[in-house]
Amino acid sequence: MTGFTLDRLGWRPWLTPLSEDELTDAHREALVDRARAASPYFRLLARDPEILHARTKTDQDIFHHPDGGLPRAERELAATATSRHNGCVFCASVHARFAAHHSRRPDDVRRLLDEGVTAPQDARWRAIVDAAVAVAGTPAALGPGHIAALRAAGLDDLAISDAIHAAAFFSWANRLMLSLGEPAPEAGA
Amino acid sequence: MITDVIDHLAGITPGSPLDRLRDRRPDAREHAQRGYDALFSPDDEGEVTLVERDAVAAFVTGLHRDAAVARFYAGRLAELAPGLLKAVEAEVEAGRATGPYGVYDGALAAESVEGPRYRASDPAALGARLTAAFEHAHLLVFRPREAGRDDLAALARAGWSTTGIVTLSQLVAFLSFQVRVISGLRLLNQEGLPA
Repeated sequence: MTGFTLDRLGWRPWLTPLSEDELTDAHREALVDRARAASPYFRLLARDPEILHARTKTDQDIFHHPDGGLPRAERELAATATSRHNGCVFCASVHARFAAHHSRRPDDVRRLLDEGVTAPQDARWRAIVDAAVAVAGTPAALGPGHIAALRAAGLDDLAISDAIHAAAFFSWANRLMLSLGEPAPEAGA
Repeated sequence: MITDVIDHLAGITPGSPLDRLRDRRPDAREHAQRGYDALFSPDDEGEVTLVERDAVAAFVTGLHRDAAVARFYAGRLAELAPGLLKAVEAEVEAGRATGPYGVYDGALAAESVEGPRYRASDPAALGARLTAAFEHAHLLVFRPREAGRDDLAALARAGWSTTGIVTLSQLVAFLSFQVRVISGLRLLNQEGLPA
């Protein structure tokens, strides 16, 4: 297996996805974004369209809702830290690129990938990474100290809730991506 | 009638600060519940029976050790298949661990963390399909980094179709999300919102 990377990766399923020809209107609606019909990952998940649709709408609101809360860069940071902790090289590469782009802090993101979730970060990113890692544990290990650290770093309650949701969502996404296929060179995607 | 399982299990009441906070992310709120409905009250049970769904849910949430969430899913199983409850509770005991852990190969081998590799303690009580499902669920909950092609083949040998494996995987992964949102929001609620 490759190490963690900011490079673009492909993903190869271990089970047979639906073919694009097999997609009905219900499947396409479940994909939400029509361009996802090109993705073998989403065409595999389309085998159960109702839960795919709920998954995708939940994902989009947690990461893209523009009304206040945690800035996009830091929602992506929480997703990256969760993926790094769980061991999802593919998810980490995608969301590390988003985190690096939106924060304009590629060196800090790269250090998270290279050295792991305990790599040094400034106080605000420290609090967000630590909270994401605590949420990602089984059983979840988020405690009052994490909430206090997030508040001390300037997060309001909506932002704290966003951080919790971002880490919780990647506790969902990582498990699918890790168990239904594997990273591949991008040409194989 | 429970209309929102996350609110119910996190103790969020209508009009409360957490209720208003959740309304700021309305699609996430709505579709977290729709995901639950799709998995546990499907229009058509398809490739995974309702008993299998509730049994795996009781096992997965038992492993997460959030008492309210575990009780909720154990209660569902007790209604639908009371004869299975004791067997599932025994498997939760047998499967207890702290994760994530798992062995990496290749570039990340130095980061490997060993931990238990659960096998069902009483396969006869569960039957072949649920035995395979529980072993796969435990893998996904605690050491997803170790999941491989062989694990999907083991499910297929136990009678799981490709679409059934997708539904089972979504069920385990969705619960991994739901239980974390519930425990996180409950904590935020307890820690109080600044005025």
